[in-house]
Amino acid sequence: MIREGATVLDLGCGDGALLAHLKQACGVSGYGVEKDDQKVLSSVKNGINVIQADLEQGLSGFADGAFDYVVLSLTLQTVHETETIIQEMLRVGKEVIVTFPNFGFWRHRVQIFFGKTPVSKELPYQWYNTPNVHVLTISDFEIFCDTHAVRILEKIILNEQGTRVNVRPNLFGALAIYRFNRRGL
Amino acid sequence: MNVDAQQSPNAELSLGDVSPQILQFDTSILLKCGMELPEYSITYETYGELNREKTNAVLICHALNASHHVAGTYDGDEKTRGWWDNMVGPGKPVDTNRFFVVSVNNLGGCHGSTGPASINPKTGQPWGSTFPVVTVEDWVEVQARLATRLGIEAFAAVMGGSLGGMQALQWTIDQADRVKHAIVVAAAPKLSAQNIAFNEVARTAITSDPDFYGGDYYAHNVVPRRGLKVARMIGHITYLSDDAMDAKFGRNLREEVLKFNFDTEFQVESYLRYQGDKFADIFDANTYLRITKALDYFDPAAACDGDLIATLAKSKSKYLVVSFTSDWRFSPERSREIVEALVDNNLDVSYAEIESPHGHDAFLMDDVVYHNLVRAYFDRIAAEVAYDD
Repeated sequence: MIREGATVLDLGCGDGALLAHLKQACGVSGYGVEKDDQKVLSSVKNGINVIQADLEQGLSGFADGAFDYVVLSLTLQTVHETETIIQEMLRVGKEVIVTFPNFGFWRHRVQIFFGKTPVSKELPYQWYNTPNVHVLTISDFEIFCDTHAVRILEKIILNEQGTRVNVRPNLFGALAIYRFNRRGL
Repeated sequence: MNVDAQQSPNAELSLGDVSPQILQFDTSILLKCGMELPEYSITYETYGELNREKTNAVLICHALNASHHVAGTYDGDEKTRGWWDNMVGPGKPVDTNRFFVVSVNNLGGCHGSTGPASINPKTGQPWGSTFPVVTVEDWVEVQARLATRLGIEAFAAVMGGSLGGMQALQWTIDQADRVKHAIVVAAAPKLSAQNIAFNEVARTAITSDPDFYGGDYYAHNVVPRRGLKVARMIGHITYLSDDAMDAKFGRNLREEVLKFNFDTEFQVESYLRYQGDKFADIFDANTYLRITKALDYFDPAAACDGDLIATLAKSKSKYLVVSFTSDWRFSPERSREIVEALVDNNLDVSYAEIESPHGHDAFLMDDVVYHNLVRAYFDRIAAEVAYDD
């Protein structure tokens, strides 16, 4: 999904493991953005470039089209200003990659059917301590793309074992990965 | 910068006694102001051992009112402990067991290097008012010459806070091949009008002191103490945050009742006067004038029509940029300007905004998040140095 030698901006980079991996495996260069002190420290220890900032404040420090890819991994469901951030990612990156846990996954549906807020490997929190504020399904996301001039370039839906799901992805997919850019480009 | 701001260091992890050294330079230096200094001497200290390959040298640059005496003590006297002893030493974030640390009293200083109080060999009198206005570029040139004399081809890192951070940044522009990493702490790419304004108040305090004599006070055997004291007091206010001052002094009085006169009544007044007096005892007013000018003039992007991105295009360094949330002298926004220009050049940079109530002085404090970050970054540098071996 990511080209060799590309430039990458990883938003909410955590301890920098993804960038460190991409650096080694595909020779990418780039930066992680992270708010949390401890994660910034871990990123420095992991040898990646990390910039301490709050995503919710936007990406004003980054120029238009500055990166080949802007990545938002397992963070989309935690941001408040979702529309702003996706627009900012589309501005700064030639392409955007997001991954998110699929709220429509069958295990989640079963738990809701029995009257419980879903807790799973992908959504490991209780209702009272979850950082997730905008949980979404695969279907929700594709409607969003349709209404926000987003062109989907590639999607990969994985089940809990990490293998690809081709049948009824919104039901059997636990994790969604989308690569997209701005429609009309 | 408030040298007293540091907290008591862990003695076991501190350098013991250190001693300054002096190098005489007989090759003239053409300063940015156009004046040529035929000769000068530079006082410096070193800690740790330079490795065989000479790849582990770290330069620490000082800010407005510090010196080459970064760490350790003189003659076992705790009161002489260096100004960044919590950062530099054995087992400290900048670990002298691994790095060879060099620190320089800048040209124009008053701690041993040639400065306004030195004797001008042509006249046999102190330079005084005739000593040139020096710049950050001049200091970097002198530091580079010192490095050459010490056999250091390139620094593993150049580090500094405030004006020291500006020198680290200038190094990566002027000496791109001779610096691998720059650690730029609590700095700015140039001063704002407000920053310059504070400096001008300080300078006016000094130059309007009757004992200033146009800068030639040495001949009169006086120093413009009152001016220097006020300069220090105003500077000191800008190093602290409103909250930090409130927490430390509040509206506390020295005595319980108001006296309705102009004695020192509030604790904060007493503190500022004490700091001012102490500073006036040890610092040279002409040096203070020149260092504040060097701050005002610092604007590396000016050479590229104000384009910091183009200015940094020649850099080959990697960077750690650090700011502090309550620093209003050089706020996080100013550090972010540097970071953005580095990112636009695709240069390697990490940036941290440390949560601190201590204002600009936070860069001298023993803060665990800040120190762990610098330590982790220097671990990376150490790994590169080992790899070079």
